[in-house]
Amino acid sequence: MNSRRWQGFAAQAVLAAGLLLLLWLLLDTTAANLHERGIRSGFGFLREPAGFAIGESLLPFDSADSVLWALVVGLINTLRVALPAVVVSTLLGTFIGLGRLSPNLLLRGLCKAYVEALRNVPLLLQLLAWYFVVTDLLPAASAALEIMPHVFLSKSGLFMPWFGGGGACLDLPVRGEMTISGGASLTPEFLALLLGLSLYTAAYVAETVRAGILAVPRGQSEAALALGLSRVQSFRLVLLPQALRSIIPPLTNQHLSLAKNASLAVAIGYPDLVSVANTTLNQTGRAAECIALIMVVYLVLSLLTAWFSVWLERRTGHWAERS
Amino acid sequence: MTQTAATREWLRRNLFSDAWSGLTTLLLLGGVLYWLPGLIEWTLVKAVFRPDAAACGAIEHAGACWGVVAEKYRFILFGRYPHAEQWRPLLATVLLLLVIVVSGLRLLNRSGLFAAWVLALPAFFLLMGGGLLGLTPVGSDQWGGFPLTLLLATLGMLLAFPLAVLVALGRYQSDLPLLRILCTFYVELVRGVPLISVLFLASFLFPIILPPGISIDVLLRVQAGIVLFAAAYLSETLRGGLQAVSAGQHDAASALGLSRWQAMRWIILPQAIRAVIPSIVNSAVSVFKDTSLVTVVSLYELTGALSLALAGDAEWRSYYLEGYLFIGLIYWIGCYSMSRFGADLERRLAAGVR
Repeated sequence: MNSRRWQGFAAQAVLAAGLLLLLWLLLDTTAANLHERGIRSGFGFLREPAGFAIGESLLPFDSADSVLWALVVGLINTLRVALPAVVVSTLLGTFIGLGRLSPNLLLRGLCKAYVEALRNVPLLLQLLAWYFVVTDLLPAASAALEIMPHVFLSKSGLFMPWFGGGGACLDLPVRGEMTISGGASLTPEFLALLLGLSLYTAAYVAETVRAGILAVPRGQSEAALALGLSRVQSFRLVLLPQALRSIIPPLTNQHLSLAKNASLAVAIGYPDLVSVANTTLNQTGRAAECIALIMVVYLVLSLLTAWFSVWLERRTGHWAERS
Repeated sequence: MTQTAATREWLRRNLFSDAWSGLTTLLLLGGVLYWLPGLIEWTLVKAVFRPDAAACGAIEHAGACWGVVAEKYRFILFGRYPHAEQWRPLLATVLLLLVIVVSGLRLLNRSGLFAAWVLALPAFFLLMGGGLLGLTPVGSDQWGGFPLTLLLATLGMLLAFPLAVLVALGRYQSDLPLLRILCTFYVELVRGVPLISVLFLASFLFPIILPPGISIDVLLRVQAGIVLFAAAYLSETLRGGLQAVSAGQHDAASALGLSRWQAMRWIILPQAIRAVIPSIVNSAVSVFKDTSLVTVVSLYELTGALSLALAGDAEWRSYYLEGYLFIGLIYWIGCYSMSRFGADLERRLAAGVR
C-alpha cells in the first residue's frame, strides 16, 4: 500500500514537471512567434479606440469608444437576444412537450414532427435560412406587411409602436416612401437569431419536458384521479411538482447551450460578444487575448447559471445526490 | 359494418375523446387544410425543376426553384474539388458511409470490422488527396462539401472516443489527484465555452503556439478542435457510465485475482460503455451537426459549399432557401437515421438487462 502511494506521488511529480515543461515551451515559442510577427501581447489594447462601428446596441457606442466598451456592448447584445429566446423557447417547448403526451393523435403527431424536423438540422443552417427569409423574401420597407395595426414587417426588420416622448404617449411607426420611421425597431439580424434560437431550443425543451413528465410514475396521476382531483388539478398539484424536479436541471443546461449557441450570431452579422471579439481579433491580431476573453465570459456565464440552477433545485425541494 | 364501427371507435379514441380533444382536432385540421395546399403548390405544383434561371425568375418565388439544386448540386456536394475528379470524393464518401452502416448493423465480427476501418480510412484519404496510383494530387484546401462534413464528423467521433475514455478514467481514479484536477479542468473548460471559440482557437491560435518550422494544415487544426470539443462531452457521458457500474463489480473482479487495470479493461469499462451507448449516439448526432460551424473558419463543408456555390452567382443568388432546404434534407436524413438507430439500440439493450 505504501509503495503504491509512493508510485502515485512519483507519477504526479513527473506529470507536474512534464506539464510545466510543456507550458514553458508553449509560452516560449508563442513569445518568439509573436516577436517575429511584430505582434505585441497583453490586454493594453482594450483601452485603445475600437475603430469599427457596431450595427446595433442598447448602449451608446461609436468607433472612437474603447475596445473594452465594444466588448461590453457585444455582451449586452448576446444577453439581449439570449434572454428573450430563453423565455420563448421555454414556453413554446413546454407546450410542444405537453402536446407530445396529448391523447389527441393529430396534436401528438404534429408536435413530434416539429421536434424531429428542428432537432435534426444544424442550428447554423436554420439561422442562415431564417436570415435569408427575413432579408430577401420579405417585401421592401415601402411595401411592408402590416401584420397587426401599426406593426410592420419588412426586409428592414420589425417596426412596432413604442413609448416615445418620455413615456407619455405611444410613438407609432409610419410607412414612408422608402423607409419606415418612428416607433421601435428590431433588426433583421436580431429577428433571425431570436427566431432561430427559440425554435431550435424549443425542440430540445419539449423533449426535456416530455421525459420529465414520463419519469413520474403512472400511479401518481392515477392516485390523484382516484382521490377525486380533476385532470387539471392532478396535473398541477401532483404531476407537475414531481416532474419539475427532473426537468429543471436539464432545462438549465438547455438554456446554457442556447447562450452558447447565440455565438452563431457571427455567421449572420449580429454584433454579439463573439462577433465583436472576432472583429477585434481581425483588426488587432490579438488572437490569444480575444479568444481568452470570449472563453472567460462564457465560463462566468456558465458558472452563474450553474449556481442559479442549484438554487432553483433547492427551491423545488430536490436535494440531488451528486458526487 | 364492424369495419366502420371499428373506424369510428378509433376516431373517437384518438381524435374526439372529449370536447377539448375534438376542438383541438378541428382547429389543427383547419390549420393543416389552410396551409397544406399552398405548401404543395410551392414545393411541387408551381416549382421549376429544370436548371433554367429564366424559368425560375418568371415564377417570382410563387413556386420553389429546385433548378438551383439541379444546376449546382456538384458544387454543393463536393465544393471546389476539381470537376473532372469528382468521382473520387463520391467513391470515398460511399466507401466511408458503407463502413459506417456495416459497423452500425453489426454485419461483421470484431476483426472484420477492424479491418474494414483500417482499410477504409486510408482509402478515403488516398481517393481525396491523390498523389499515388496515378491519381492527381488534390490539396485539402480544395476538399469540400459532403465528404468534408462526413470526414470531420467521423474522425471527430473516432478520435474523440479514446481521448474521452482516458479523460473519464483520469477523473474516475483516485490515486493521482493532480491528474484528476487536470481532467476536470479540461472537461469543464470545454463544456463551458461555445464551439466557435474552440474553432477560433484551432484556426488562429494553433499557428502562433507551434514552433516556426511546423505548420499544420487548417483542416487538421479544425479537426483537432472538433475532437477536443467532442471528447469533453463524451468523457462526461462515459463518466456517468462508470459511476453506474456497481461497486460489487470491482470487488468481484479483485476476488477473481484480476489486477486493477485488468478489472477496468475487462469488467468495468465494457459495462460502463454499454450503459451509455444511446448517449454516445446522441453525441455523434451533435458532432455531425456541429461540423457545419467550420464554415465560420473558412472550411467549405456542406453548408459552406452551398454559400460558395451561390454567393458569386447573380443568376442563382436569390434561391438560397431552396439550397438550404436541400442540404437541410441531407443533414436531416443523417441525423434522423442515427437517432433512430440509437433508439433501437436503447430498446435492444434494455431488453437484454434483467
